[in-house]
Amino acid sequence: MAQTTAAQEPTRRDFLFLATGAMGAVGVAAAAWPFIAQLAPDAQTVAAGAPVEVDLTPIAEGQIVKLFWRGALIFVRNRTPAEIEAARATPLDDLKDPEPDQARVMEGRENWLIIFGNCTHLGCVPLDFQGQYGGWFCPCHGSVFDTSGRIRSGPAPINLPVPPYRFVDDGRIVIGETA
Amino acid sequence: MSSHPTTYVPKSAAAKWLESRLPIIGLVHSSFVAFPVPRNLTYFWTFGAILMVMLIIQLVTGIVLAMHYTAHADYAFTSVEHIMRNVEYGWLLRYMHANGASFFFIAVYIHIFRGLFYGSYKAPREVLWILGVIILLLMMATAFMGYVLPWGQMSFWGATVITNLFSVIPLVGDTIVSFLWGGYSVGNPTLNRFFSLHYLLPFMILGVAMLHVWALHVPGNNNPTGVPIKSGKDAVPFHPYMTVKDTFSIVCFLAVFAWFVFYLPNYLGHADNYVPANPAVTPAHIVPEWYFLPFYAILRAVPDALFGVILMFASIAVLAFLPWLDTSKVRSGSYRPIFRVLFWAFVVTCLVLGWLGSRPAEGIYVILAQIFTVLYFAYFLIAMPLLGLLEKPLPLPNSITEAVLGKKQASGSGMPVGAAAEPQSKG
Ligand code: HEM
Ligand code: FES
Repeated sequence: MAQTTAAQEPTRRDFLFLATGAMGAVGVAAAAWPFIAQLAPDAQTVAAGAPVEVDLTPIAEGQIVKLFWRGALIFVRNRTPAEIEAARATPLDDLKDPEPDQARVMEGRENWLIIFGNCTHLGCVPLDFQGQYGGWFCPCHGSVFDTSGRIRSGPAPINLPVPPYRFVDDGRIVIGETA
Repeated sequence: MSSHPTTYVPKSAAAKWLESRLPIIGLVHSSFVAFPVPRNLTYFWTFGAILMVMLIIQLVTGIVLAMHYTAHADYAFTSVEHIMRNVEYGWLLRYMHANGASFFFIAVYIHIFRGLFYGSYKAPREVLWILGVIILLLMMATAFMGYVLPWGQMSFWGATVITNLFSVIPLVGDTIVSFLWGGYSVGNPTLNRFFSLHYLLPFMILGVAMLHVWALHVPGNNNPTGVPIKSGKDAVPFHPYMTVKDTFSIVCFLAVFAWFVFYLPNYLGHADNYVPANPAVTPAHIVPEWYFLPFYAILRAVPDALFGVILMFASIAVLAFLPWLDTSKVRSGSYRPIFRVLFWAFVVTCLVLGWLGSRPAEGIYVILAQIFTVLYFAYFLIAMPLLGLLEKPLPLPNSITEAVLGKKQASGSGMPVGAAAEPQSKG
């Protein structure tokens, strides 16, 4: 290469180099976009995630029913007065992810606990009525949940989340819609 | 793949024609025929060749299995049973592939511990070592995704647990996980992309393995003394010395492999994976394949999810830094009296972690897992840096030949023993 004036002042070649480089970078990013975006849940999967209606009348007191919404497992638990009482009597200081039971159920329908059924640690399905608090026990790495689905011990970082749902009437809820 | 100019001289006209256009025969000749290797290599140096054979077995059986397999959540399980029952020799191909993965890991772990003991990661072999760590990571990803394909209970829940590892990443974790799944849980889109990647990654392993061999052939092999080749007397040509040793070792290894394939085909697997995937029920006791157990134990040792995941990845990543963590100038553990003890303590630590990974995560097992996780990291982060400064190594032999034949014979020229032992070494 011959000596150029590059060191002293920018030349047209420097400009072209930078401009082309910048366009190239934008082009690569634009081309990469579809390749990343295709990983997202596709339209069909999203459509299959429409709200589901659940009939509560056949669920007896003390029973847990499992169903799927958007491919994710949901627990619907008809809690007994004793179970509600146990959840409410727990001081918030004892909780890893402090949340009162009142904030996890709907007022006047305290018996209905509706939560996601995959352990917030790594996604296993906790076993019903197991563990020290009569809530759930996760067999995978030993997380223990109480009758409000709150994490009490073990590696799970947060409580089993409450999905969006609303009551249509006393006997029916729709999961995936809020009131 | 050697930095040495080739000594190959084409004889036939056709070979001459090719060689002047693409010097590929010369490349093979200088890499696998004339390539000088230390005369004292033991059978621990044959696992590289065994790994190559295992990779080829996985590629060949895998490509054939893919001709009969259906990557769909509704059909995957039945298509694997179809392979087992209906396809001619399908049972054999599948058992070779499933057990092949296990034997691949047996070989790679022996290969890695060999490198750890003899200091093969030290200068000038750092890049070679890091390429090896990359191969290990690719193997883990490949085996994990392969295990998902039969779509049994362990497939499904293994995939759920491992993909959920990424959900602990702050802020973006949940988005990343749904991008991994292609949905809101492990499902058909997940199975499809895992199949695509399970097909791809072994070929990437092949590519990195070639770089690995290239990076080996620049500095050449390490050896049990850790002392480099100093003269032609220290080396023998790859062919026939290493070719025959490798072949013998491969035959023995494959004999054990065949014993598993034919007589214990499900011994290393898990019975729950013969139950079709059910998203509503987690098996009472989920465990990964044996080759992941030590890392799984580290993951579960920590009560905090994010920290557990970080530690698990760190337990592999730390290997890549070992060339700079180990401060000792002496390569071979044979000349490091304290290192030698700690090395075996480390081997035991890994085995105990593996055992703990197979136990339920409760009570004493969790405490033990925590203790052994600390020991695992202490080897790399405390023992390796300090030992190089504190330990007094044994005197090193002046050369490989001296280590093999003793001082007297090595220096005396024309001794019958030395002469008979290396009739055609040149280096
Ligand atoms: C690094 C090399 C490879 C490793 C470690 C590996 C590992 C595995 C493992 C552990 C399984 C589950 C076995 C079982 O329990 O059934 C599996 C299944 C499978 N693999 Fe691979 N594999 C490799 C290469 C390949 C290649 C190159 C292909 C080509 C497409 C392939 C295709 C398949 C198929 C179709 C299955 C499902 C059938 C079955 O489960 O037996 N594999 N692989
Ligand atoms: S998945 Fe439930 S404790 Fe780990």
